Amino acid sequence: MAEVQVFGVWSSPFVRRVEMGLKMKRVEYEYVEEDLKNKSDLLLKYNPIYKKVPVMLHNGNILVESLIILEYIDEVWEGPPILPKDPYERARARFLAKFIDDKCASPIWKACWSKGEEREKAIVETTEALKILENELKGKKFFGGDNIGLVDITANFIAGWFLGLQEFLGLQILTKIISLI
Amino acid sequence: MSDEVILLDVYASMFGMRVRIALAEKGVEYEYREEDLGNKSPFLLQMNPVYKKIPVLIHNGNPICESLLILEYIDEVWKDNKSPPLLPSDAYHRATARFWADFVDKKVFDLGRRLWTRKGEEQEAAKKEFIDALKLLEGELGNKPYLGGDKFGYLDVALVAYYSWFYAYEKCGNFSIEEHCPKLVAWAKRCMKKESVAKSLADPIKVYEFTLMLKKKYGLE
Repeated sequence: MAEVQVFGVWSSPFVRRVEMGLKMKRVEYEYVEEDLKNKSDLLLKYNPIYKKVPVMLHNGNILVESLIILEYIDEVWEGPPILPKDPYERARARFLAKFIDDKCASPIWKACWSKGEEREKAIVETTEALKILENELKGKKFFGGDNIGLVDITANFIAGWFLGLQEFLGLQILTKIISLI
Repeated sequence: MSDEVILLDVYASMFGMRVRIALAEKGVEYEYREEDLGNKSPFLLQMNPVYKKIPVLIHNGNPICESLLILEYIDEVWKDNKSPPLLPSDAYHRATARFWADFVDKKVFDLGRRLWTRKGEEQEAAKKEFIDALKLLEGELGNKPYLGGDKFGYLDVALVAYYSWFYAYEKCGNFSIEEHCPKLVAWAKRCMKKESVAKSLADPIKVYEFTLMLKKKYGLE
Protein backbone atom coordinates (compact mmCIF):
# COMPACT_ATOMS: atom_id res chain seq x y z
CA MET A 1 0.00 0.00 0.00
CA ALA A 2 1.28 3.48 -0.82
CA GLU A 3 2.57 5.63 2.03
CA VAL A 4 0.02 8.33 1.18
CA GLN A 5 -3.54 7.76 0.01
CA VAL A 6 -6.13 10.37 -0.92
CA PHE A 7 -9.83 9.51 -1.04
CA GLY A 8 -11.74 11.91 -3.24
CA VAL A 9 -14.12 12.62 -6.08
CA TRP A 10 -13.02 14.13 -9.37
CA SER A 11 -15.47 17.02 -9.11
CA SER A 12 -14.47 18.24 -5.65
CA PRO A 13 -12.30 21.36 -5.41
CA PHE A 14 -11.63 20.46 -1.76
CA VAL A 15 -9.98 17.22 -2.90
CA ARG A 16 -8.05 19.13 -5.57
CA ARG A 17 -6.60 21.35 -2.84
CA VAL A 18 -5.05 18.36 -1.10
CA GLU A 19 -3.61 17.07 -4.37
CA MET A 20 -2.17 20.50 -5.16
CA GLY A 21 -0.48 20.55 -1.76
CA LEU A 22 1.02 17.09 -2.24
CA LYS A 23 2.18 17.96 -5.74
CA MET A 24 3.86 21.15 -4.50
CA LYS A 25 5.89 19.02 -2.10
CA ARG A 26 6.46 16.36 -4.79
CA VAL A 27 4.88 13.67 -2.63
CA GLU A 28 3.74 10.51 -4.39
CA TYR A 29 0.32 9.28 -3.45
CA GLU A 30 -2.35 6.82 -4.41
CA TYR A 31 -5.68 8.34 -5.37
CA VAL A 32 -8.92 6.48 -4.62
CA GLU A 33 -12.09 7.71 -6.34
CA GLU A 34 -15.20 7.53 -4.16
CA ASP A 35 -18.82 7.33 -5.25
CA LEU A 36 -20.64 9.79 -2.99
CA LYS A 37 -23.98 8.14 -3.65
CA ASN A 38 -22.54 4.85 -2.47
CA LYS A 39 -19.81 5.65 0.04
CA SER A 40 -17.28 2.94 0.67
CA ASP A 41 -16.95 1.26 4.08
CA LEU A 42 -13.40 2.60 4.25
CA LEU A 43 -14.54 6.22 3.84
CA LEU A 44 -17.20 5.82 6.52
CA LYS A 45 -14.61 4.23 8.80
CA TYR A 46 -12.03 6.97 8.25
CA ASN A 47 -14.42 9.91 8.47
CA PRO A 48 -17.34 8.74 10.61
CA ILE A 49 -18.30 12.23 11.78
CA TYR A 50 -18.63 14.04 8.46
CA LYS A 51 -18.54 11.09 5.98
CA LYS A 52 -16.95 13.39 3.38
CA VAL A 53 -13.99 13.67 1.06
CA PRO A 54 -11.14 14.46 1.03
CA VAL A 55 -9.60 11.99 3.44
CA MET A 56 -5.85 11.53 3.44
CA LEU A 57 -3.99 8.61 4.96
CA HIS A 58 -0.33 8.89 5.82
CA ASN A 59 1.50 6.07 7.62
CA GLY A 60 -1.67 5.09 9.43
CA ASN A 61 -2.61 8.70 10.26
CA ILE A 62 -6.12 9.68 9.13
CA LEU A 63 -6.56 13.31 8.12
CA VAL A 64 -9.82 15.07 7.16
CA GLU A 65 -10.88 18.64 6.27
CA SER A 66 -8.90 20.09 3.38
CA LEU A 67 -7.42 23.12 5.18
CA ILE A 68 -6.27 20.99 8.11
CA ILE A 69 -4.72 18.50 5.68
CA LEU A 70 -2.86 21.32 3.89
CA GLU A 71 -1.32 22.49 7.18
CA TYR A 72 -0.27 18.90 7.94
CA ILE A 73 1.32 18.52 4.49
CA ASP A 74 3.22 21.77 5.03
CA GLU A 75 4.51 20.60 8.41
CA VAL A 76 5.51 17.09 7.39
CA TRP A 77 7.19 17.53 4.02
CA GLU A 78 10.03 19.75 2.87
CA GLY A 79 9.65 21.81 -0.26
CA PRO A 80 8.02 25.10 -1.25
CA PRO A 81 6.11 26.45 1.77
CA ILE A 82 2.32 26.45 1.69
CA LEU A 83 2.04 28.85 4.62
CA PRO A 84 4.20 31.93 5.24
CA LYS A 85 6.80 31.89 8.02
CA ASP A 86 5.77 35.10 9.80
CA PRO A 87 3.05 34.51 12.45
CA TYR A 88 0.99 37.52 11.40
CA GLU A 89 1.14 36.57 7.71
CA ARG A 90 0.19 33.00 8.68
CA ALA A 91 -2.83 34.31 10.59
CA ARG A 92 -3.84 36.42 7.55
CA ALA A 93 -3.51 33.44 5.20
CA ARG A 94 -5.55 31.18 7.49
CA PHE A 95 -8.17 33.90 7.88
CA LEU A 96 -8.56 34.35 4.12
CA ALA A 97 -8.71 30.61 3.52
CA LYS A 98 -11.45 30.27 6.11
CA PHE A 99 -13.21 33.30 4.63
CA ILE A 100 -13.20 31.64 1.23
CA ASP A 101 -14.77 28.51 2.69
CA ASP A 102 -17.29 30.34 4.87
CA LYS A 103 -18.29 33.23 2.64
CA CYS A 104 -17.44 32.39 -0.95
CA ALA A 105 -18.19 28.74 -1.54
CA SER A 106 -21.83 28.79 -0.47
CA PRO A 107 -23.00 32.02 -2.13
CA ILE A 108 -21.17 31.11 -5.34
CA TRP A 109 -22.95 27.77 -5.41
CA LYS A 110 -26.29 29.43 -4.68
CA ALA A 111 -25.68 32.10 -7.30
CA CYS A 112 -25.25 29.37 -9.84
CA TRP A 113 -27.99 27.01 -8.82
CA SER A 114 -30.80 28.88 -7.06
CA LYS A 115 -33.55 31.01 -8.54
CA GLY A 116 -35.31 34.34 -8.09
CA GLU A 117 -34.75 36.31 -4.90
CA GLU A 118 -32.38 33.73 -3.41
CA ARG A 119 -30.19 33.94 -6.48
CA GLU A 120 -30.21 37.75 -6.48
CA LYS A 121 -29.16 37.77 -2.83
CA ALA A 122 -26.44 35.21 -3.56
CA ILE A 123 -25.11 37.28 -6.46
CA VAL A 124 -24.77 40.31 -4.15
CA GLU A 125 -23.01 38.20 -1.50
CA THR A 126 -20.68 36.67 -4.06
CA THR A 127 -19.73 40.06 -5.51
CA GLU A 128 -18.98 41.45 -2.05
CA ALA A 129 -16.94 38.41 -1.06
CA LEU A 130 -14.94 38.37 -4.27
CA LYS A 131 -14.25 42.11 -3.93
CA ILE A 132 -12.68 41.46 -0.53
CA LEU A 133 -10.49 38.77 -2.09
CA GLU A 134 -9.53 40.99 -4.97
CA ASN A 135 -8.47 43.67 -2.51
CA GLU A 136 -6.11 41.16 -0.87
CA LEU A 137 -4.52 40.39 -4.20
CA LYS A 138 -3.69 44.01 -5.12
CA GLY A 139 -0.29 44.31 -6.72
CA LYS A 140 0.72 40.74 -6.03
CA LYS A 141 1.11 37.90 -8.48
CA PHE A 142 -0.49 35.41 -6.09
CA PHE A 143 -2.17 35.64 -2.67
CA GLY A 144 1.02 34.03 -1.40
CA GLY A 145 3.20 36.75 -2.98
CA ASP A 146 5.58 35.58 -5.70
CA ASN A 147 4.65 31.98 -5.14
CA ILE A 148 1.43 30.02 -4.64
CA GLY A 149 0.38 29.53 -1.04
CA LEU A 150 -2.51 28.38 1.13
CA VAL A 151 -4.98 31.01 -0.06
CA ASP A 152 -4.23 30.43 -3.75
CA ILE A 153 -4.79 26.71 -3.29
CA THR A 154 -8.01 27.32 -1.31
CA ALA A 155 -9.34 29.68 -3.95
CA ASN A 156 -8.70 27.17 -6.72
CA PHE A 157 -12.36 26.56 -7.38
CA ILE A 158 -12.89 30.18 -8.27
CA ALA A 159 -10.58 29.86 -11.24
CA GLY A 160 -11.65 26.40 -12.32
CA TRP A 161 -15.16 25.54 -11.37
CA PHE A 162 -16.83 28.89 -11.12
CA LEU A 163 -15.76 30.06 -14.57
CA GLY A 164 -17.03 26.86 -16.08
CA LEU A 165 -20.32 27.08 -14.21
CA GLN A 166 -20.76 30.73 -15.02
CA GLU A 167 -20.31 30.16 -18.71
CA PHE A 168 -22.72 27.26 -18.58
CA LEU A 169 -25.37 29.20 -16.69
CA GLY A 170 -24.84 32.54 -18.39
CA LEU A 171 -24.11 34.63 -15.31
CA GLN A 172 -22.14 37.83 -15.30
CA ILE A 173 -20.68 38.05 -11.82
CA LEU A 174 -17.08 37.37 -12.57
CA THR A 175 -16.83 39.92 -15.35
CA LYS A 176 -16.98 42.44 -12.53
CA ILE A 177 -14.01 40.89 -10.77
CA ILE A 178 -11.41 40.43 -13.46
CA SER A 179 -8.09 40.40 -11.71
CA LEU A 180 -8.81 37.30 -9.63
CA ILE A 181 -8.49 35.20 -12.76
CA MET B 1 10.52 47.42 22.42
CA SER B 2 7.57 46.43 24.53
CA ASP B 3 4.50 44.92 22.93
CA GLU B 4 1.19 46.69 22.65
CA VAL B 5 -1.61 44.15 22.97
CA ILE B 6 -5.30 45.06 22.87
CA LEU B 7 -8.23 42.63 23.04
CA LEU B 8 -11.64 43.69 21.73
CA ASP B 9 -14.12 41.40 23.43
CA VAL B 10 -17.50 40.88 25.10
CA TYR B 11 -17.66 39.52 28.65
CA ALA B 12 -20.04 36.62 27.92
CA SER B 13 -18.43 35.52 24.66
CA MET B 14 -16.95 32.03 24.79
CA PHE B 15 -14.77 32.97 21.82
CA GLY B 16 -13.37 35.92 23.73
CA MET B 17 -12.81 33.75 26.81
CA ARG B 18 -10.56 31.45 24.78
CA VAL B 19 -8.26 34.35 23.95
CA ARG B 20 -8.25 35.57 27.56
CA ILE B 21 -7.20 32.09 28.74
CA ALA B 22 -4.39 31.85 26.17
CA LEU B 23 -3.02 35.30 27.01
CA ALA B 24 -3.13 34.41 30.72
CA GLU B 25 -1.37 31.10 30.07
CA LYS B 26 1.44 32.96 28.32
CA GLY B 27 1.57 35.73 30.93
CA VAL B 28 0.96 38.42 28.31
CA GLU B 29 -0.14 41.83 29.54
CA TYR B 30 -2.87 43.42 27.49
CA GLU B 31 -5.57 46.05 27.44
CA TYR B 32 -9.08 44.60 27.56
CA ARG B 33 -11.81 46.62 25.81
CA GLU B 34 -15.44 45.62 26.22
CA GLU B 35 -17.51 46.11 23.07
CA ASP B 36 -21.23 46.80 22.88
CA LEU B 37 -22.46 44.56 20.05
CA GLY B 38 -25.55 46.71 19.63
CA ASN B 39 -23.29 49.72 19.04
CA LYS B 40 -19.95 48.54 17.68
CA SER B 41 -17.02 50.89 18.02
CA PRO B 42 -15.48 52.41 14.87
CA PHE B 43 -12.21 50.83 16.01
CA LEU B 44 -13.74 47.33 15.93
CA LEU B 45 -15.22 47.96 12.48
CA GLN B 46 -11.82 49.15 11.30
CA MET B 47 -9.96 46.18 12.81
CA ASN B 48 -12.43 43.53 11.59
CA PRO B 49 -14.14 44.97 8.51
CA VAL B 50 -14.92 41.56 7.04
CA TYR B 51 -16.91 40.05 9.91
CA LYS B 52 -17.26 43.01 12.32
CA LYS B 53 -17.07 40.53 15.23
CA ILE B 54 -15.19 39.98 18.44
CA PRO B 55 -12.76 38.80 19.62
CA VAL B 56 -10.06 40.76 17.81
CA LEU B 57 -6.50 40.73 19.10
CA ILE B 58 -4.46 43.74 18.06
CA HIS B 59 -0.73 43.23 18.46
CA ASN B 60 1.44 46.26 17.75
CA GLY B 61 -1.28 47.59 15.47
CA ASN B 62 -1.86 44.30 13.59
CA PRO B 63 -5.37 42.84 13.97
CA ILE B 64 -5.91 39.11 14.21
CA CYS B 65 -9.50 37.81 14.00
CA GLU B 66 -11.24 34.47 14.62
CA SER B 67 -10.60 33.00 18.06
CA LEU B 68 -8.97 29.72 16.98
CA LEU B 69 -6.61 31.59 14.66
CA ILE B 70 -5.80 33.98 17.51
CA LEU B 71 -4.87 30.98 19.70
CA GLU B 72 -2.44 29.75 17.03
CA TYR B 73 -0.99 33.25 16.67
CA ILE B 74 -0.49 33.62 20.43
CA ASP B 75 1.19 30.21 20.55
CA GLU B 76 3.56 31.12 17.70
CA VAL B 77 4.49 34.60 18.92
CA TRP B 78 4.90 34.04 22.68
CA LYS B 79 6.69 30.77 22.50
CA ASP B 80 9.61 31.18 24.87
CA ASN B 81 7.48 32.09 27.84
CA LYS B 82 7.17 30.24 31.10
CA SER B 83 4.31 28.03 29.93
CA PRO B 84 4.49 25.07 27.53
CA PRO B 85 3.12 25.44 23.98
CA LEU B 86 -0.64 25.24 23.55
CA LEU B 87 -0.51 23.16 20.38
CA PRO B 88 1.07 19.69 20.34
CA SER B 89 4.51 19.41 18.74
CA ASP B 90 3.65 16.42 16.55
CA ALA B 91 2.05 17.27 13.19
CA TYR B 92 -0.63 14.58 13.40
CA HIS B 93 -1.65 15.53 16.95
CA ARG B 94 -1.83 19.13 15.81
CA ALA B 95 -4.13 18.13 12.95
CA THR B 96 -6.32 16.15 15.36
CA ALA B 97 -6.52 19.07 17.81
CA ARG B 98 -7.48 21.45 14.97
CA PHE B 99 -10.10 19.00 13.74
CA TRP B 100 -11.80 18.78 17.14
CA ALA B 101 -11.61 22.54 17.74
CA ASP B 102 -13.28 23.04 14.36
CA PHE B 103 -15.89 20.43 15.37
CA VAL B 104 -16.59 22.39 18.57
CA ASP B 105 -17.25 25.51 16.51
CA LYS B 106 -19.32 23.73 13.87
CA LYS B 107 -21.48 21.75 16.30
CA VAL B 108 -21.41 22.87 19.92
CA PHE B 109 -21.94 26.56 19.25
CA ASP B 110 -24.89 26.20 16.84
CA LEU B 111 -26.61 23.47 18.77
CA GLY B 112 -26.11 25.34 22.04
CA ARG B 113 -27.61 28.45 20.51
CA ARG B 114 -30.59 26.53 19.19
CA LEU B 115 -30.99 25.05 22.66
CA TRP B 116 -31.39 28.39 24.39
CA THR B 117 -33.30 30.21 21.65
CA ARG B 118 -35.88 27.63 20.57
CA LYS B 119 -38.78 25.88 22.25
CA GLY B 120 -40.75 22.65 22.04
CA GLU B 121 -39.76 20.01 19.50
CA GLU B 122 -37.01 22.12 17.96
CA GLN B 123 -35.39 22.55 21.35
CA GLU B 124 -35.67 18.85 22.15
CA ALA B 125 -34.02 17.94 18.85
CA ALA B 126 -31.22 20.45 19.48
CA LYS B 127 -30.76 19.08 23.00
CA LYS B 128 -30.30 15.54 21.74
CA GLU B 129 -27.79 16.57 19.07
CA PHE B 130 -25.98 18.79 21.58
CA ILE B 131 -25.54 15.89 24.00
CA ASP B 132 -24.39 13.64 21.15
CA ALA B 133 -21.76 16.20 20.17
CA LEU B 134 -20.51 16.52 23.76
CA LYS B 135 -20.37 12.72 24.03
CA LEU B 136 -18.09 12.59 20.98
CA LEU B 137 -15.79 15.07 22.70
CA GLU B 138 -15.97 13.01 25.86
CA GLY B 139 -14.87 10.03 23.76
CA GLU B 140 -11.92 12.03 22.50
CA LEU B 141 -10.99 12.86 26.10
CA GLY B 142 -11.04 9.19 27.08
CA ASN B 143 -9.11 8.65 30.29
CA LYS B 144 -6.70 11.53 29.76
CA PRO B 145 -6.68 14.37 32.29
CA TYR B 146 -6.93 16.93 29.49
CA LEU B 147 -7.98 16.93 25.84
CA GLY B 148 -4.39 17.89 25.14
CA GLY B 149 -3.15 14.77 26.98
CA ASP B 150 -1.16 15.17 30.15
CA LYS B 151 -1.05 18.91 29.74
CA PHE B 152 -3.73 21.54 29.27
CA GLY B 153 -3.60 22.71 25.65
CA TYR B 154 -5.22 24.29 22.60
CA LEU B 155 -8.24 21.98 22.45
CA ASP B 156 -8.90 22.37 26.17
CA VAL B 157 -8.85 26.16 25.69
CA ALA B 158 -11.19 25.85 22.70
CA LEU B 159 -13.83 23.89 24.59
CA VAL B 160 -13.58 24.93 28.26
CA ALA B 161 -14.90 28.43 27.47
CA TYR B 162 -18.27 26.78 26.76
CA TYR B 163 -18.35 25.52 30.36
CA SER B 164 -19.42 29.00 31.46
CA TRP B 165 -22.48 28.54 29.23
CA PHE B 166 -23.46 25.11 30.56
CA TYR B 167 -25.63 26.55 33.31
CA ALA B 168 -27.57 28.67 30.79
CA TYR B 169 -28.01 25.70 28.44
CA GLU B 170 -29.22 23.52 31.33
CA LYS B 171 -31.69 26.10 32.64
CA CYS B 172 -33.09 26.83 29.19
CA GLY B 173 -33.21 23.20 28.13
CA ASN B 174 -34.24 21.82 31.50
CA PHE B 175 -31.62 19.08 31.69
CA SER B 176 -28.33 18.23 33.33
CA ILE B 177 -25.19 18.03 31.22
CA GLU B 178 -23.33 16.25 34.02
CA GLU B 179 -25.92 13.47 33.98
CA HIS B 180 -25.13 12.72 30.32
CA CYS B 181 -21.44 13.61 30.22
CA PRO B 182 -19.96 13.21 33.70
CA LYS B 183 -16.37 12.80 32.48
CA LEU B 184 -16.55 15.99 30.47
CA VAL B 185 -17.90 17.98 33.40
CA ALA B 186 -15.16 16.50 35.61
CA TRP B 187 -12.62 17.62 33.00
CA ALA B 188 -14.09 21.13 32.98
CA LYS B 189 -13.86 21.36 36.77
CA ARG B 190 -10.25 20.19 36.56
CA CYS B 191 -9.54 23.00 34.06
CA MET B 192 -11.26 25.52 36.35
CA LYS B 193 -8.58 24.82 38.98
CA LYS B 194 -6.12 26.58 36.69
CA GLU B 195 -5.90 30.29 37.43
CA SER B 196 -5.84 31.22 33.73
CA VAL B 197 -9.21 29.51 33.22
CA ALA B 198 -10.87 30.55 36.48
CA LYS B 199 -10.16 34.23 35.95
CA SER B 200 -11.05 34.21 32.22
CA LEU B 201 -14.40 32.47 32.25
CA ALA B 202 -17.54 34.51 32.74
CA ASP B 203 -19.75 33.85 35.76
CA PRO B 204 -22.35 31.26 34.61
CA ILE B 205 -25.15 33.14 36.40
CA LYS B 206 -24.24 36.32 34.52
CA VAL B 207 -24.17 34.35 31.26
CA TYR B 208 -27.66 33.01 32.00
CA GLU B 209 -28.88 36.54 32.75
CA PHE B 210 -27.31 37.63 29.46
CA THR B 211 -29.36 35.00 27.58
CA LEU B 212 -32.53 36.12 29.37
CA MET B 213 -31.82 39.70 28.37
CA LEU B 214 -31.27 38.69 24.74
CA LYS B 215 -34.42 36.56 24.70
CA LYS B 216 -36.44 39.50 25.93
CA LYS B 217 -34.79 41.84 23.43
CA TYR B 218 -35.54 39.57 20.48
CA GLY B 219 -38.92 38.35 21.70
CA LEU B 220 -37.82 34.75 22.14
CA GLU B 221 -39.60 34.07 25.42
